[in-house]
Amino acid sequence: METYTVIVLTLAATLRVATPLVIAALAGMFSERAGVIALGLEGMMLGAAFSAAAVSAVSGSAWLGLGAGIATAVALASLLAFATVTHRGNQVVAAMAVNIMVSGLGPTLALAWFGLGGQTPQLNEVAQRFTAFAWPWSQTAREHPLPGLLYAELLSGHNLIVYLTVALLPASAWLLYRTRFGLRLRAVGENPHAVDTAGISVNSLRYQAVLICGALCGVAGTYLSTAASAGFTRDMTAGKGYLALAALIFGKWKPYPTLGACLLFAFTDALAARLQGVALPLVGVIPVQFILALPYVLTVLLLAGFVGKAVAPAAIGVPYSKEK
Amino acid sequence: MVERINPTAPALELRGIDKRFGSVHANRAISFSVARGSIHGLIGENGAGKSTLMNIVYGFHRADAGEILVKGRRVDIHAPHDAIAAGIGMVHQHFMLVENFTVLENVVLGVERGALLAGSLAHARAELEKLARDYGLEVPLDAVISELPVGVQQRVEILKALYRGAEILILDEPTAVLTPQEADALFKMLGRLRTEGKSVILVTHKLREIMAVTDRVTVMRQGAVVGEVATRDTSPRELAEKMVGRAVLLRVEKAPARPGDALLRVSNLEVRDRFGVARVKGVSFDLRAGEIVGVAGVSGNGQTELLEALAGIRWPTRGAIELGGRDLVREHLDPHARRTLGLAHVPEDRLRLGVVMSFSAEDNAILGYHDGPAYHRGPLLDRTAIRGACEQKMAAHDVRPALPAQRISAFSGGNQQKLVLAREIDVDPRVLIVGQPTRGVDIGAIEFIHKKLIALRDAGKALLIVSVELEEILGLADRILVMNGGEIVGEVARAEATEEKLGLMMAGVKEAHA
Repeated sequence: METYTVIVLTLAATLRVATPLVIAALAGMFSERAGVIALGLEGMMLGAAFSAAAVSAVSGSAWLGLGAGIATAVALASLLAFATVTHRGNQVVAAMAVNIMVSGLGPTLALAWFGLGGQTPQLNEVAQRFTAFAWPWSQTAREHPLPGLLYAELLSGHNLIVYLTVALLPASAWLLYRTRFGLRLRAVGENPHAVDTAGISVNSLRYQAVLICGALCGVAGTYLSTAASAGFTRDMTAGKGYLALAALIFGKWKPYPTLGACLLFAFTDALAARLQGVALPLVGVIPVQFILALPYVLTVLLLAGFVGKAVAPAAIGVPYSKEK
Repeated sequence: MVERINPTAPALELRGIDKRFGSVHANRAISFSVARGSIHGLIGENGAGKSTLMNIVYGFHRADAGEILVKGRRVDIHAPHDAIAAGIGMVHQHFMLVENFTVLENVVLGVERGALLAGSLAHARAELEKLARDYGLEVPLDAVISELPVGVQQRVEILKALYRGAEILILDEPTAVLTPQEADALFKMLGRLRTEGKSVILVTHKLREIMAVTDRVTVMRQGAVVGEVATRDTSPRELAEKMVGRAVLLRVEKAPARPGDALLRVSNLEVRDRFGVARVKGVSFDLRAGEIVGVAGVSGNGQTELLEALAGIRWPTRGAIELGGRDLVREHLDPHARRTLGLAHVPEDRLRLGVVMSFSAEDNAILGYHDGPAYHRGPLLDRTAIRGACEQKMAAHDVRPALPAQRISAFSGGNQQKLVLAREIDVDPRVLIVGQPTRGVDIGAIEFIHKKLIALRDAGKALLIVSVELEEILGLADRILVMNGGEIVGEVARAEATEEKLGLMMAGVKEAHA
């Protein structure tokens, strides 16, 4: 029964870790399917994490925090779109600039406003955070572990954003494959010239895609600082944006395979947390640093070895101009 | 300003269209009109301004001055959707299709009937089935574009325009990627559109097509209209002279070949691409001194891979290439070693493999030979010698302007090509391999390059020429190999070759009966 509990708890942790990854990866999907490299996921998430925590701390409302997080990430996305779509700047350079800027700006503003060494105040009140809530009868259900624990830990006991993400995935897939907007979005990432000659504005489509990407990054960032933890700390995204991008590539820019990749990364992360300090047979206790590196090692291995045939959107990274 | 629709007005009329790009005057006060139910040819050399003009009509560029009238009514075309609304459709030279979409998805892109796709697709399916019946444009609607042959992709482009209600159809160099038979089918289809009252503008540099299908033809040179005639009142020679501005030879005179010993022997050559797919499958042939062998075929049938394997850029997986008694494959000789053995190569993709666009002409003129003692003083490059050598090449090959220090990108395609050719034949190779000798080259320079190649042949060199222009193969080659699907499907002596016979072979029919 002990092992069973460990497994269920690890899976539940997987869901919680996967949530920001899935949102960010879907954000990246909109941007990249439209032909704009989504390297700015990291910076947009981090910016949102800071704003959400700051506004929530000051206002006492997690919802206002979410609004601020989304607004910040969308503002950063507009900046990116302005640089790369309107002015056809290099997408990698522009995104890295945003990432570096946010990584410095967040702690600086936090220090100036709160004087807490580059962090935002702890979000102690319930209203300041998106906290987990239990479904009815989950306490009772625990008494019958086999189905009950699954219900209590895996289905129940998450925060609102986790459940929203579960709905976000089919919604994104539907938008991408079943609507006019999705058709045009996919077309502009493959052959913007075809879109232009069909009488549709390439720039407007790419703006929309990048702004959607920003809005989703806002949600993911808010999750990090107001749901997964209670406040903003320096570089708290810790490469999750890049990890989401890796999941997107590993998932071949398709929603469901990308979900699979996110879950895989999240599972290694959750497993790593479980394995800390645990003595394994033969090898003994594995150093913490090694365990924490596991998800990233896995990323490198997966990207190097298993996605050789992943075909990126044909026009990705190429600023559009009428002359070829 | 209300202007009434006039039933007898031309389908499209251009009045005084003028356009500058910086210092380049691309279109100079261009006026002409296209009658309803007619096929109108627009002909001119590369850079004559045809594409700019058509891009203005389709809303890609805005004219600095002038107006466009559709059926007698002035229209403002700011962007492609204005052109589409005015009933103008365009089939670009490089297809504007999304490769991984189905035919149906490509057709509805931009003219969906609502926010959800399902309804649009169903409507388009019914509509396209009707168009297919009316015009004989059969296309598998659910096939993915990248799996369709280019001829069918082109049909999709035409269907796209018709589905958008085009009354005026512009086709930009439509036959560049087609076999002669596919081109004939296209022309037949254009004839059917004409009968239905649609107007077609055929933009091309191929005189044969103009003569075969158009009713009237407008000739452009250096951004201006230099002539407009009814097709039946003109001849290819007259059109060519108008295009170039002087008398030109459409086909260079040459004496019969006197082939000598085999200099290059290719046997059972197989080349695979990076996905492991065989692109050249067991190709064997000899190349003899004093002859030109032409390789004909629709682009993408293994010619590129064959050329690159011969030049040493790509390693074959099987087979032998023998030159002067040595097997280049077994000895693993790189392009430089091959050049030393007397095998020179003019690559088919000049911009990618032939020149470095940001280098000066003189630096480009020594690329690949820059290690030679003639260009060095000790370990340093001898700039004086390099400039002198370039001046010599420019004079001998009529490269204009004769400015060695000027960037190669400032030269026209024809002059770039002449310089590349000069570089490769300056070292007196025994074997010369030329890919697309006159791609992106104007008629005047074509004549010069063809003469040079024939002179090389007469000097006892062995030449292999790969070209997708059948006319070029027929004009130059003494012996023609036809490639299809990576194989040589046939060999024809020049005297027995006709365009029709080669066309069938290019389409993969092995036993062609002329």
